[in-house]
Amino acid sequence: MSEDEEDQSPPPSDLRSQQQQQRPPCSPNKSRNCISSSSQTFPDHVLENVLENVLQFLESRTDRNAASLVCKLWWKVEGLTRSEVFIGNCYALSPTRLTQRFKRVRSLLLKGKPRFADFNLMPPDWGANFAPWVSTMAKAYPWLEKVDLKRIFVSDDDLALLAHSFPGFKELILVCCEGFGTSGIAVVANKCRKLKVLDLIESEVTDDEVDWISCFPEDVTCLESLAFDCVEAPINFKALEALVIRSPFLRKLRLNRFVSLEEVHRLLLGAPQLTSLGTGSFKHDNQSEQEQEPDYAAAFRACKSVVCLSGFRELMPEYLPAILPVCANLTSLNFSYANISPDMFKPIIHTCHKLQVFWALDSICDEGLQAVAATCKELRELRIFPFDPREDSEGPVSELGLQAISEGCRKLESVLYFCQRMTNAALIAMSHNCPELTVFRLCIMGRHRPDHVTGKAMDEGFGAIVKNCKKLTRLAVSGLLTDQAFRYMGEYGKLIRTLSVAFAGDSDMALRHVLEGCPRLQKLEIRDSPFGDVALRSGMHRYYNMRFVWMSACSLSMGCCKDVARAMPNLVVEVIGSDDDDENREFVETLYMYRSLDGPRKDAPQFVTIL
Amino acid sequence: MAYEKVNELNLKDTELRLGLPGTEQVKEEQDVSCVRSNKRQLQSDNEEESTTPPTKTQIVGWPPVRSYRKNNNNNNNNNNNNNNNNSVSYVKVSMDGAPYLRKIDLKTYKNYPELLKALENMFKFTIGEYCEREGYKGSEVVPTYEDKDGDWMLVGDVPWDMFSSSCKRLRIMKGSDALALDSAL
Repeated sequence: MSEDEEDQSPPPSDLRSQQQQQRPPCSPNKSRNCISSSSQTFPDHVLENVLENVLQFLESRTDRNAASLVCKLWWKVEGLTRSEVFIGNCYALSPTRLTQRFKRVRSLLLKGKPRFADFNLMPPDWGANFAPWVSTMAKAYPWLEKVDLKRIFVSDDDLALLAHSFPGFKELILVCCEGFGTSGIAVVANKCRKLKVLDLIESEVTDDEVDWISCFPEDVTCLESLAFDCVEAPINFKALEALVIRSPFLRKLRLNRFVSLEEVHRLLLGAPQLTSLGTGSFKHDNQSEQEQEPDYAAAFRACKSVVCLSGFRELMPEYLPAILPVCANLTSLNFSYANISPDMFKPIIHTCHKLQVFWALDSICDEGLQAVAATCKELRELRIFPFDPREDSEGPVSELGLQAISEGCRKLESVLYFCQRMTNAALIAMSHNCPELTVFRLCIMGRHRPDHVTGKAMDEGFGAIVKNCKKLTRLAVSGLLTDQAFRYMGEYGKLIRTLSVAFAGDSDMALRHVLEGCPRLQKLEIRDSPFGDVALRSGMHRYYNMRFVWMSACSLSMGCCKDVARAMPNLVVEVIGSDDDDENREFVETLYMYRSLDGPRKDAPQFVTIL
Repeated sequence: MAYEKVNELNLKDTELRLGLPGTEQVKEEQDVSCVRSNKRQLQSDNEEESTTPPTKTQIVGWPPVRSYRKNNNNNNNNNNNNNNNNSVSYVKVSMDGAPYLRKIDLKTYKNYPELLKALENMFKFTIGEYCEREGYKGSEVVPTYEDKDGDWMLVGDVPWDMFSSSCKRLRIMKGSDALALDSAL
């Protein structure tokens, strides 16, 4: 499953200016001889070694960032010992800066396009290319082991370069990426002999008609995780079966919909050590020649270790009970690609007492959610997606389902809920029942919808969420919202780091409340809301401390955007055009701005203007 | 879709649909105007719609569901799997008031005039001239289509190639619906 990572943002990385102001305690002029009896100080190289040995134990990013600010020596040694680097915005710095600062990187986590690009709000070919990163790292980090990319454009050539440049390469994770195909995957499979993880998650993979499964080396593999559910291409099942048999460490396997239920059955019988399974297509081929239907339940029964189940594409619901033998052990269940009715769903969920993560389509209805609430007392994360994702669709879930969940699942930490009807009362109830909430994302699909019982705006509901859920770090709002809702966010949302706003608010004051009141705000994405120049200017004290700001279809003028760009030289202010190139447009179509250490990027396409 | 009951026969039974039998029955009974272009307000007996503005155009990227997920829903319920099939490109065609859906192969037409002529013959109506600014002014029917993203568009708005590759189904709207759609565009 893909999850947006909750990262801890580093403090502004204007390290150079800060370093120059501090005098390091160990000056380079000190004697390099052994410790003299009068001097209490150690030679540089000893100190460096000691530091290195100590700092290598620091794992957390924020700890490391703090340590690197102590003095020049600590900055240098920390740079030598950091093996895992997180870059939340690939345009915040250049690849060269990365390789100059950190010398021994083993693992890179890189994020590219802003999230709203997923919803067609950005033209294609905007950027976020992996190419400059992989070519720079190929020279600097021969011992690179792990690359984890999100919303990055990766080409087959990039994958080939990666496969050839890093002999110890172990983990490739591509989430919401595009630009490559099965031919690139084949090269990785073939050349990365130490590969443990190959996870392709919600990425667009072109079908180059290459049998990439057969490209894995013939001997026993190191594979621990193989996920290809997003690959829309048939695979060679015989080769897959053989691969699974010669992968004794394989724990996680996510198949695509071209693997039939019978084939899954065979795989399971040969791989009982799996802990995480993504089934392929979950339907029985009625035309098959076998007289007897395979005992699917027996295959699942053999998998005593499976705790995470997903897939179920092209589901024939009558086969769902086959998974019952593993349900009691499940901690994670993803039904979000399966159109399951409440009647089919309830017998399954009643056995899932240990469930912590549950994703599903709204086809399970409020009734299904009530069943979840009754059984899944350990639930931490809930995501309900719409089967019919249109603004005026029927919407089979409502405040009733959410209320039931809040009453039954008190340990809930993360909610994503698509619906057509909601009430303030349900949100208020949730805010009281679920104090552990850190992520609350509600999408009332019809725009500007008020509380459908009282007819009032959804201000009080969201207000209660920000006020009572004291650990809240991520919030997405929807429905009819006035400036009051934003007043609440500014007053109570002190830990909020990510905020998503769409079709909400009345005036600039709304955005001002947030920019002035939320000190931890890192990522702000706004669309189609009446926020203008006054609001934008009110946040200038914050933008260097944020990862990015996205505002599309708001009321920003080009002049104001230029002013901001002028006033803040380390901020890259991108204006992304729309279809009509009318110079006299009153408002900017899309503003995307972010801090950067290396100035504006050189690869911006035609439709992007960097101010 | 709202179908007329002709001579007390429920013609829904003879509707050509893709999808497993038994699914979506409940949805259908409550579903009055969801398939109508979302450029119009839902019917007023839906109480939660009463405060929404009169005309809504389909909005890009809303609701915020990734196309990857939307495509999966299509794959799940579309046994014919039109998306992957390059040799034929059947789309369902419905006309307001007509009892049956028809299916046509878009690939057999090379341009809009050919398509429109075929539709006229199939459903026995006449369609006016299409012009870019005013749509199908003066015509009693308006041909619309649903594209890959689920948006309802006017037939003729985009170049033919783009249309034929992204059109998922066609709907011929008539009467007042047609005029409302036209004026909203």
